[in-house]
Amino acid sequence: MRFGLVTGFGIVVGALWGAIWMIVIGVLLMLVSGLVVQPPVSFALGLGAVLGGVQFWVKSRWQGQIASAILAGMAFVGVMVITLAQPFGIALTDGALYQIVAALIFALALGASLHLGLDGYTGETVSRYRFELLVIRLLKGLGFVIFTILVALPFYVMVMTSLKSQQSLLSNPLDFSIDLSQGGAALFRSYIELFTQYHFGTFLMNTAIVSVITVFITLAFAIPGAYAVARLRFRGQAFLSRSILLIYMVPAIVLVIPLYAVFSQAGLRNSLTGLLVVYPATTIPVALYMLQGYFRGLPSELEEAGLMDGLSRVGVILKITLPLSLPALASVALYVFMIAWNEFLFAFMFLDDLDMFTLSRGVVSLNSSEVPRQHLMAGAVIATVPVLVLFLWFERFLVSGLTAGSVKG
Amino acid sequence: MSAAKPPTHRGSLERREARLAYIMLIPTFLIVFSIVLGPLLANFWISAKPVQLGDLRPAQVMVNESIRPRPQAAGEDVSVRYRIRNSSQTEVITDATLTDTLPEGLTIGAAPDGCTVTGQTIFCDFGTLEPRQRFDVMLPVTVGQAYIDNGIRPRDDKAITTGKSQNVLTSLEFTAENFRKVFDGAEFWTVLRVSMYYTIFGTVGALVLGLFAAQLLNTAFKGRNLLRGLFLFPYVAPVIAVAFAWVLLLDAGPGGTLNAMLIQMGATEGPINFLGQRAIPFSILGLQLEFPMALTTVIVFEAWRYFPLSFLFILARMQSVGGEMYEAAEIDGATPFQQFWSISLPQLMGILAVLFLLRFIWTFNKFDDIFLLTGGAAGTRTLTVDVYEQAFALSNLGAGAAVAVVVFGVLLTFALIFFKFSPQDDG
Repeated sequence: MRFGLVTGFGIVVGALWGAIWMIVIGVLLMLVSGLVVQPPVSFALGLGAVLGGVQFWVKSRWQGQIASAILAGMAFVGVMVITLAQPFGIALTDGALYQIVAALIFALALGASLHLGLDGYTGETVSRYRFELLVIRLLKGLGFVIFTILVALPFYVMVMTSLKSQQSLLSNPLDFSIDLSQGGAALFRSYIELFTQYHFGTFLMNTAIVSVITVFITLAFAIPGAYAVARLRFRGQAFLSRSILLIYMVPAIVLVIPLYAVFSQAGLRNSLTGLLVVYPATTIPVALYMLQGYFRGLPSELEEAGLMDGLSRVGVILKITLPLSLPALASVALYVFMIAWNEFLFAFMFLDDLDMFTLSRGVVSLNSSEVPRQHLMAGAVIATVPVLVLFLWFERFLVSGLTAGSVKG
Repeated sequence: MSAAKPPTHRGSLERREARLAYIMLIPTFLIVFSIVLGPLLANFWISAKPVQLGDLRPAQVMVNESIRPRPQAAGEDVSVRYRIRNSSQTEVITDATLTDTLPEGLTIGAAPDGCTVTGQTIFCDFGTLEPRQRFDVMLPVTVGQAYIDNGIRPRDDKAITTGKSQNVLTSLEFTAENFRKVFDGAEFWTVLRVSMYYTIFGTVGALVLGLFAAQLLNTAFKGRNLLRGLFLFPYVAPVIAVAFAWVLLLDAGPGGTLNAMLIQMGATEGPINFLGQRAIPFSILGLQLEFPMALTTVIVFEAWRYFPLSFLFILARMQSVGGEMYEAAEIDGATPFQQFWSISLPQLMGILAVLFLLRFIWTFNKFDDIFLLTGGAAGTRTLTVDVYEQAFALSNLGAGAAVAVVVFGVLLTFALIFFKFSPQDDG
């Protein structure tokens, strides 16, 4: 074993991962078990640094999984020794099982990070090329951990808060442990109350109706429009196909005052009909843009053959173009559904009556000091779950739809 | 698609095709014109009007009808009372009239001044009603047995009123007051500056995060699709859900998760008010500076919520780049970072420029996020939040519309600059 630049880098990598895994596992332990822990981050940093150096020696004698396991074992013993058997800053007797499992996970994660992050290097100075590969490994590892936590944490807090009771939230805001012994009815208390006392059944129904009808209206308008722009020759075609998206740049907030004024006087304001006029108007341009791009990509020979065989234009569209564009239609429909389901501004401005509320409007009405916050989070979960389930189910379509032409924010 | 030189005269087939195209586009035109372009123009109109939120309810002749005293038996002489009121505090109503039909069994006596009786129907013409004016019209009636028996009361058939009032929205009264108010306040320039910070840093943040995330998921590994799905969550979930989840996460009061965590770890002494504190003073090299806390938080939220979009576009672009260039670079001894700077980034420049442009405009347009997170308080009020604030919180529709005109003007300037300097759109 020889020392060099990589030895120093290994020590830095070890220290970083030691600190990060201690924070992450410590917080997770807190959230899952409800224990009030004080992760000894500086100890973990030191331990990681030492192991970062030691791992070059380990690697010189053992390989692969075995090396990883040996490092994990060293990390476990190390964390127990330097913290005097208090791996998370509190006596091991409090929730001993949780603490030991967490300490094991910490050790395994640290061992695996060191193994993966420095595998194939002996500690001596290497070329710039190989050193950069090492840096990239570290950056990727950090990236995965940080991005996953950043994205997942708000959703985790949302779901777990909705399952808690007010006093347990206030007594220890970090305790997201689930007490299964209280039974399903108590666990889902907030959800049951939302549906029985806060009209969330109606809100869910309203949102579903508005979103589905918006999808159909949008498609009914955008399909013929997109076909015309993509296939038929007429004056202004080039201008149209370029300027459609400009409509999409008009901010909703600029439209809201005039629409509010007109809809108030026309009696459309406090009604789902009002939303069903506004939503399609904002989604049609982007749907048209996405569809015309797809229609253009279809071979026009098929349609010409149809025309030759005596089909009318409408017949061609119905019998040839649309069946060929089902994937595009699916992604446009999903995308429009998502926009309509998530829309907040117009629902917030237009709807006053409880039985007209969509979920967005309903959840906002829960944001008051009189409503406990687990209800607010339960409302947020109810609004999120359908659209996320749909998204995961049809992810392929939605992803292609999002990239095909969507630009909305 | 279209020929380089248009034909000098058009054949019937071509005309039919064009006609079909127009028919197919008419519905889209109509709805887009009436809901997007119409209001856009109307916004200019409103911005030059002295109109308050309350003015949307036009002045109306209100009427309350009752019979008194309550008849007990046939043959009694009682009156039907009409309480007439002008609903507006400020507007005069002209040509105010009332029409009502009384139920059978009530015999109408002498008609009051200004009213005529035809059978069971009474019609009154009040002429002009001053603002807030109210008075009663008493109509003497004699109760018959039929009225006692059939149970139909005067209230069951609503009295119909008509009247003409000036609607400030359609009148030709204009004012420059709204714009003067917008530009006068020192606040406007603060709001504009906050808007620009939010837009620039939010856009760049989302792009940089998206670029980083795309690098992570560019190589195939187990669970990649799962992670890709997870990374898209912030964008797909409803804004109300994620905004409130963040509010809870960052809450400075008891129950705020992040603050509880930081305090537990010993990272801070007391809770940090991420969303409610305008600025945290600090000093570097003797310079007293302020860190805009709440504004930074909303910018971070913006980057968090929209990085998935740029991530998706960048990933799609990266996967369409062939491997040959990288192989050639490897042979030439280029290091990974050199490859990223000299091959990947230039390849991604096109999509990054398009994304920057679109995200820039959309971030500038953004209203929901800031409104839900801070409500525009603590130095986070952008132009779009200001539109809401003026029009609906301060009930001054005209001033709100004036700010909206400014929003549109700034946007138009951006769009012109971008389209002048950007190459042909390839997104």
